[in-house]
Amino acid sequence: MEKRATFAMGWLGMAFILPQILLVFIFFYWPTGAAMFWAFTLERPWGGGNEWVGFDNFRQVFADRAYWGSIIRSLMFAASTATLSMAFGLLLAVACDRGLKGYQAFRTVFVWPYAVVAPAAALAFRFIFAPEAGIFSALVKQNPEFWNPAQNGYHAMTMIIICYSWKYAAYCFIFFLAALQAIPRSVIEASALDGASVLRRVFDIQLPLITPTFFFMLVISITDSFQDSFGIVDVMTDGGPGKATELLVYKIYFDGFRGLDYSGAAAQSIVLMLIMMVLTFFQFRYIERRVHYS
Amino acid sequence: MAAVTLKRVKKNYGTTTVVHGVDLEIKAGEFVVILGPSGCGKSTLLRMIAGLEAITEGEISIGSKIVNTLEPRERGCAMVFQNYALYPHMTVAENIGYALKVAGLGKAERMARINAVAEILGLEEFLDRKPIQLSGGQRQRVAMGRAMIREPDVFLYDEPLSNLDARLRVAMRAEIRKLHQRLGTTSLFVTHDQIEAMTLADRIVVMNKGVIEQVGTPDEVYHRPASTYVASFVGSPGLNLLHVMVDRSASCIRFKDGQTLPFEHGQAVLVPDGPAIFGFRAEQAQLSEQIGLTLTPGFQEALGSTRLLHGTVANEEAVIAIPGNGPLDATTSMSVTIPASAMHFFDSTTGRRLG
Ligand SMILES: Nc1ncnc2c1ncn2[C@@H]1O[C@H](COP(=O)(O)OP(=O)(O)O)[C@@H](O)[C@H]1O
Ligand SMILES: [Mg+2]
Repeated sequence: MEKRATFAMGWLGMAFILPQILLVFIFFYWPTGAAMFWAFTLERPWGGGNEWVGFDNFRQVFADRAYWGSIIRSLMFAASTATLSMAFGLLLAVACDRGLKGYQAFRTVFVWPYAVVAPAAALAFRFIFAPEAGIFSALVKQNPEFWNPAQNGYHAMTMIIICYSWKYAAYCFIFFLAALQAIPRSVIEASALDGASVLRRVFDIQLPLITPTFFFMLVISITDSFQDSFGIVDVMTDGGPGKATELLVYKIYFDGFRGLDYSGAAAQSIVLMLIMMVLTFFQFRYIERRVHYS
Repeated sequence: MAAVTLKRVKKNYGTTTVVHGVDLEIKAGEFVVILGPSGCGKSTLLRMIAGLEAITEGEISIGSKIVNTLEPRERGCAMVFQNYALYPHMTVAENIGYALKVAGLGKAERMARINAVAEILGLEEFLDRKPIQLSGGQRQRVAMGRAMIREPDVFLYDEPLSNLDARLRVAMRAEIRKLHQRLGTTSLFVTHDQIEAMTLADRIVVMNKGVIEQVGTPDEVYHRPASTYVASFVGSPGLNLLHVMVDRSASCIRFKDGQTLPFEHGQAVLVPDGPAIFGFRAEQAQLSEQIGLTLTPGFQEALGSTRLLHGTVANEEAVIAIPGNGPLDATTSMSVTIPASAMHFFDSTTGRRLG
């Protein structure tokens, strides 16, 4: 049934949607517009407004080896965090879905990490991974080289990947659990009667039936890792050591607000936006397909 | 083929008991239908036998084995679910053959057996389709095929026909019966439809609120219902039930409005004096010129070959079946006679059968 309220006075309807439009405009269109403006212009060295430079800023960005470095790092980060968080989220979801003893409590606990804001999580992990006082401190006493994220780029990268995956696994968990619970119980029961063991059921029945969710999560976790990584990088490594953990989004911030290269940063953010748009389009076009159960 | 025995089987969900100590013996090769209204614990009972639901108390054995703690796959039961529960991502052939695949059979042997089953069920041309591309009846067959291919000791059916339209239901009913004749596998069939129960069963188990009311052949259940509950549930319409006083010295029963009906001494021996519930089947009552029960007619329902005449006897509702054609002036009260052999008596407090 369709229910529509109509307002005799057009202005009343407008008044209702105004706050929403205002929010979208202030927090989405305005910044996007500003980024566009900066991306295609350059501030004159001695003041006096901006000068139209066409694609110069983009050319400069793509000519920069550091930029390509951050793209590769971002891709690595995306691949590792997607793999780790999806694997853990799925594992926990399968365990919870089985309805083992006490799973209600676990279900609540597993969701919490996602509710923790990224910088807070990052701070916690900074303590956990601190070489002198964290979980590796005993080993570090033997061999200072064993764990040194402040100087070793690989260690730093590992650290932010683990922190991000820990948080994001909770998000994957929610979606995977919902997908698993949408599978009719009787289908699982039928396979149990057909002789399939628990593990066999997971691989033959449950995983194939949640593939749409799986691909959905894959795309979402890649796009999210491009943007949500900022808080973690900022708190844990500041993009260092060197530039070892400088991901795309952190580089935008760094170039723009530390390096004060607004135009370069704006061009980078436009590129990032395009990448995300392509991924989102891909998701809607090819992945938003549902399995039918009956 | 295997016998199934239930001893004092009980099921609690938390503090509520949904199956109250059920005793039941099913002989090897028998087709038993569990009949009862929705929510009476039929599915729960079936699922406990299949191993999908833990048994709170009691003992279930299949063949000579006590299966209480066995996994579903170790029990030798195959089940057909109400919603079919087909694997949506597998083709018909894969659905049917999944059990064999799990058991580790080779592809060639698997295909041979899938084809054999598909032929019996008339599914040959659908083997490559996905369940979504099938009609309800075809899905039903696939579900049957999936159960059959394992050559199980026991077939369990949980209202497998209730999602089909009326015509298909009748056809599938006949096929299930034929299949049973052919395979002879012990079968347990759950339904809330008494016609399904009557037509399929060797024996019917009538359940109510987690308790077995009666176990018997369709004839026994129909002609000698063990309780008022069975009497009103089985048959269409159910048995007419009227409150009466039995007066053995006068060899009659007295209705609430004072009218009386004589009855034979044979029954009088078993039916004690005092309040009782009197029952008779609509189709065994006849309109008559002689003095009988006075029925105040209400409305009629035409069923083709017969008509159901609803009315009241002593201000209690009653239905009689009358021939489907011919004029009937159903405005004035009429006289109804009931043969002595068609009279049933039940205890007025427990509802159990007397005599
Ligand atoms: N998992 C469960 N938890 C609690 N109560 C249940 C559960 N499953 C079934 N029941 C209850 O048990 C009773 C019997 O259910 P069921 O065996 O499905 O009835 P039927 O198949 O005869 O319709 C119902 O009252 C139902 O509400
Ligand atoms: Mg049921």
